[in-house]
Amino acid sequence: MKSETVVDIKDLVFRWPRQSAVCLDLPELRLQRGEHAFLHGPSGCGKSTLLSLIGGVLVPGNGSIDLLGHDLRRLRSTQRDRLRADHIGFVFQQFNLVPYLPVIDNVLLPCRFSARRRERAQAGGASLRGEAERLLGHLDLARDLWLRPATDLSVGQQQRVAAARALIGHPELLIADEPTSALDAERQEAFLDLLLHEANAAGSTVLFVSHDRRLAHHFARDLALPLLNRTVAGGIPCAI
Amino acid sequence: MRYLIALALRSAWNRRYTLSFTLLSIALATTLLVGVERLRHDVRESFSQSLSGTDLVVGARSSPVQLMLYAVFRIGEASQNMRWTSAQKISRHPAVAWSIPLSLGDSHHGFPVLGTSLDYFTHFRYGDRQLLRLKEGKPFEGVFDAVLGAEVARRLGYRLGQKIVLTHGSGALEGAAHGDKPFFVVGILAPTGTPVDRTVHLSLAGMEAVHLDWQGGAPLPGFSIPPELVRKFDLTPKAITAQLVGLKQRGDVFAMQRAIADEVDEPLMGVMPGVTLDQLWEVVGQGEQALLLVSWLVALVGLGGLVAVILASLDARRRELATLRSVGARPRELLVLLALEGVSVTVGGILSGVALLAALLFFGTPWIEAHYGIALNGLSLSRDDLLSLAKLLGWILLAGSVASLLPGLRAYRLSLIDGLTPRT
Repeated sequence: MKSETVVDIKDLVFRWPRQSAVCLDLPELRLQRGEHAFLHGPSGCGKSTLLSLIGGVLVPGNGSIDLLGHDLRRLRSTQRDRLRADHIGFVFQQFNLVPYLPVIDNVLLPCRFSARRRERAQAGGASLRGEAERLLGHLDLARDLWLRPATDLSVGQQQRVAAARALIGHPELLIADEPTSALDAERQEAFLDLLLHEANAAGSTVLFVSHDRRLAHHFARDLALPLLNRTVAGGIPCAI
Repeated sequence: MRYLIALALRSAWNRRYTLSFTLLSIALATTLLVGVERLRHDVRESFSQSLSGTDLVVGARSSPVQLMLYAVFRIGEASQNMRWTSAQKISRHPAVAWSIPLSLGDSHHGFPVLGTSLDYFTHFRYGDRQLLRLKEGKPFEGVFDAVLGAEVARRLGYRLGQKIVLTHGSGALEGAAHGDKPFFVVGILAPTGTPVDRTVHLSLAGMEAVHLDWQGGAPLPGFSIPPELVRKFDLTPKAITAQLVGLKQRGDVFAMQRAIADEVDEPLMGVMPGVTLDQLWEVVGQGEQALLLVSWLVALVGLGGLVAVILASLDARRRELATLRSVGARPRELLVLLALEGVSVTVGGILSGVALLAALLFFGTPWIEAHYGIALNGLSLSRDDLLSLAKLLGWILLAGSVASLLPGLRAYRLSLIDGLTPRT
């Protein structure tokens, strides 16, 4: 488990069922522990598909994806679900939260489905709730919002709750899929700062996906998917 | 699993306004279903308990069901009587322990009038082999004494000493009253939950006395015998309607049936009440089968509504399902989550339905008993009753759970198709 490579992709080929065109053809992509990577590309170039593959929701037809040393192709779907729950935190573009749960319960969701995340969240001697409150505080969410229903919050606030949820229990990998595109420019910067700062504190590797290249300067590594994906280079877009 | 239940309950609570109507329809269906089943059970019970300990019911040869109908339930009329001499011959048969003569035909305010002997009070049994019990007064002695069933006394507000006038026939004919020979109430029976409650009892002699100056169903014109003179006449009946017979040995019942058919010189028959009550129930029970079927259909409609409501909400929840998957929920767990939501509404509906029925029974039982003479057990349930109630509720819950699998399976499919990025 103490592998230094968090994500290791080799010769990955993926096509959607009942479609002849290959969607993704990645010779190599590797993410090291603690690395912050920015993945960009126009819509339809296969960003979301790649994230689903890394998350173990989709399985490649050829090649391999190793997540923390586990070959995802060799695992059964329940094992991939477990791996995702234990090691990956997700933040999506919008509507990240379960609408009928209060803010704090949304943050605690990963700990309900993963014993490992629950244990790691309590590792510092804090209670689960205490850890959730600590993260919410660090992400600048006012205390009086913590018990409110998630739907009462503004989009920016919801994204910060989603970030707290993704980071609870110190997952090895944080995947953020266009998390800032619903925010205005000023809030984008503030959100990114908070997110990356907390990811650093949690020791998580970050894979940040966006079509907006202006955000790239926050990241040590800049990956252009159209250049990595041989299919797109060949001129075939990855339409879902 | 425990967390999934909590999550399902919160989700259902979040949709409480839409789901409350589904819950209500399931509650009403439960009330209907359990209510019909209880009613069926109670009606059947009070039906089969209307006669007990009698081995044979004897009457003129006709259909056994018809004989039971008028001899036990006082419904309809005998097409033919049996001779008193035949009845006496049967009662003297060595296998016979006791016999009760029944003479029907008149009525009082719509309640049937029964002429019988004192053996009625010592040998007639109902329910769980219970004897009749007088709540007030004593059995009839004189010719014009009458003993009332509990319901007759209550409905008409009669007390001991009340003067009553019989009507000839079932009361359909205007003016065919036995007004010249009134009876006096000397006793009132305790309630039995059987047709006895609705009966006015007289001695056979009294029955004979009111008909002394009648012939062919009408008073003899210009001829009337005042009550004080009736004792000068022979008040032994010529004929009775039917006869209840108890045997010394139950095993003799078939031999006795043959004896009645062969040894008496008029066409009579003896029917076994248990067998015939079952036959009768087959006929009466048809209506209830239909009622039960309709109740089940109502329940299915309620559950169909539940499935429709949850399925309709599902497309709007694809984002939520994807979120739950991203935090580690397996597709299987999403299936359980959605199914549990349906189950929780079903359980809520069943509980409200039972509560509603309990309230209805609590307030409605006295009314039903007063108006229809059906003795409902109401809220007092025996172990067997509870068991069958639990069974019925279990079936509803099972049906609800199976129905709830539909949205669950849909959620399972959606989560496999969508993964982490729902295409909405």
